[in-house]
Amino acid sequence: MSRFTTGRFTGLRAIFKREFKGYFASPLGYIFIVIFLVASGWLTLSRDFGRFLELRQASLDSFFTYIPWLFVVLVPAVAMRLWAEERKTGTVELLFTLPVTLEASYLGKFLAGWCFLIFSLLLSAPLALQVARLGDPDWGVIFTGYLGCALLAASYLSIGMLFSAITKNQVVAFILGTTATVAFLIVGLPQSLETIGKRLGGYAEQLFGALSVSDHFDTLTRGLLELGTLTFFIVFTLGWLVCGMVALDRTKAS
Amino acid sequence: MEESSSSDTLTEEPPAEEAEEAAAESVEPEESAPDEAPAEEEPVEEEPAEEAAAPAPAGETLVQAEGLAKHYGPIRAVDGISFNVRRGEVLGFLGPNGAGKTTAMRLITGFLEPDAGRVEVAGHDLACESLQARQKIGYLPENAPAYGEMTVTGFLEFIAEARAIDDIPGAIARVVARTGLTKVQHQTIETLSKGFKRRVGLAQALIHDPEVLILDEPTDGLDPNQKALVQELLSDLAAEKCIIVSTHILDEVERICNRAMIISQGRILVDSTPQDLIALAPNHNVIRLTLHEDDPTLAARIEAEPWCARVETYSASTIDVHPEGGENHLMKLLDLVKELPIQDVRLQEGRLEDLFRKITEGVSA
Repeated sequence: MSRFTTGRFTGLRAIFKREFKGYFASPLGYIFIVIFLVASGWLTLSRDFGRFLELRQASLDSFFTYIPWLFVVLVPAVAMRLWAEERKTGTVELLFTLPVTLEASYLGKFLAGWCFLIFSLLLSAPLALQVARLGDPDWGVIFTGYLGCALLAASYLSIGMLFSAITKNQVVAFILGTTATVAFLIVGLPQSLETIGKRLGGYAEQLFGALSVSDHFDTLTRGLLELGTLTFFIVFTLGWLVCGMVALDRTKAS
Repeated sequence: MEESSSSDTLTEEPPAEEAEEAAAESVEPEESAPDEAPAEEEPVEEEPAEEAAAPAPAGETLVQAEGLAKHYGPIRAVDGISFNVRRGEVLGFLGPNGAGKTTAMRLITGFLEPDAGRVEVAGHDLACESLQARQKIGYLPENAPAYGEMTVTGFLEFIAEARAIDDIPGAIARVVARTGLTKVQHQTIETLSKGFKRRVGLAQALIHDPEVLILDEPTDGLDPNQKALVQELLSDLAAEKCIIVSTHILDEVERICNRAMIISQGRILVDSTPQDLIALAPNHNVIRLTLHEDDPTLAARIEAEPWCARVETYSASTIDVHPEGGENHLMKLLDLVKELPIQDVRLQEGRLEDLFRKITEGVSA
């Protein structure tokens, strides 16, 4: 009658499927995609920002440069509803009385959100094809750039999910998520690191630099695929995911 | 997925007679009386029910709760309750708002972890075999939450997949037919009426044909026809499953439950059959006697009888006779007053509502 088996990730597939399909079952997913493509395209081509046409270079630097700033708004917007909505509508009670583990639920939602963000990113592929038509781009750099965007999306999403897990209010989750992602972004900017170095010393500057999302992201967009960078994003994302699971376990019934 | 024993389905507008008949059938009480059901009205408040007070077994034990406790800060939502529920039993959780019914259900379904005590469902301990235990339970949470943007079929597909059912289309077809959702199965849940949403909640709880069914106020907010339909469905399922229902509607307990628990302030105050609870109600078997003529001495004469606890006088010709021990002494009274000009004699049946108010108000005070 049933192929039910138990394990740490029992139910992950069902949760992932429902969540991923959910992005396309409501206008939310389409609105997100349109806003992302329009905003990223405008930032890339604008004379005041990306200056893609003025630079006359066969690369996607103009596109990748503004992705971290675009994601600080858009990714928390995707993350904010993931748990806050479940808790507000009471479906969290339904979910956690099904034979699915908390890890499966949490990761199922995370992976669905991440896949949706990657899907949105891939819709910008015509830009890369256009670059290839106009010149001879370094496909390795484009690949690591997209990889950086995907890993950045994962880390932002894991941060946003934590705040979605601790509040029932989606707006609060969005504001907290955006604030946190901005903090992790600006702490790695040269100006910020310089200030930190002057006030707290060189070790602090190195520490904050190592914790900076933007620094590691820049490494990838420059075409450098380093183990340290990949490890940073994986550990950073997993850390936030584990914190989110612990938080959700405590708050789910409150 | 096994086919249920009954092929009855919920339909939009069933004949009222059929619904009534089904409800009447479901009232069939268990013949077995509780072993230690309180014989008098007063002690009921004093004795938290023990396992021994439950009705005789109807099947194997499917839910076993021992010393369950859950505190929210200083508030004892559930305060050390123990009970067993067997296959074939339909247990009604009764209690005022905030009594701990929902918390108790959340503990049994594994949504909450208890501060103390343990729960076993169909042989699986919720603490160590949570997934196996949850697989045995069908649960309708309060207000029947569901993903509003999904269609009924899509939602049931998700539940079926999460429960790892093999024949998902077959399971959905059966449960949709049984809960009368055929007409709306392709609609999104957010567009459905409250009654249909509640049925969707029931359908997801039944889709894997669970041994244990836990329903938190399944008929809350439904119109009388819809209530009768849900009650009919539960009556059909009663024999093969262990069902725990929480409700405010005392009439519903009499219709569908063969066991009732009154919970207040997180404790079980009474655990008995609805029929025995009715016998404990304050006005059970009280006889109202009205004569054509005034008889000022009538009350005193009846009160002198050993089977009479007391007599309330409304007028010189109308009295209420309260029997000793709540027993039916109508024939004795009629024998006593047979020479008098009787206008009317009415034997009152106790109301669960009166007992509920008496017990829970006493605790609150």
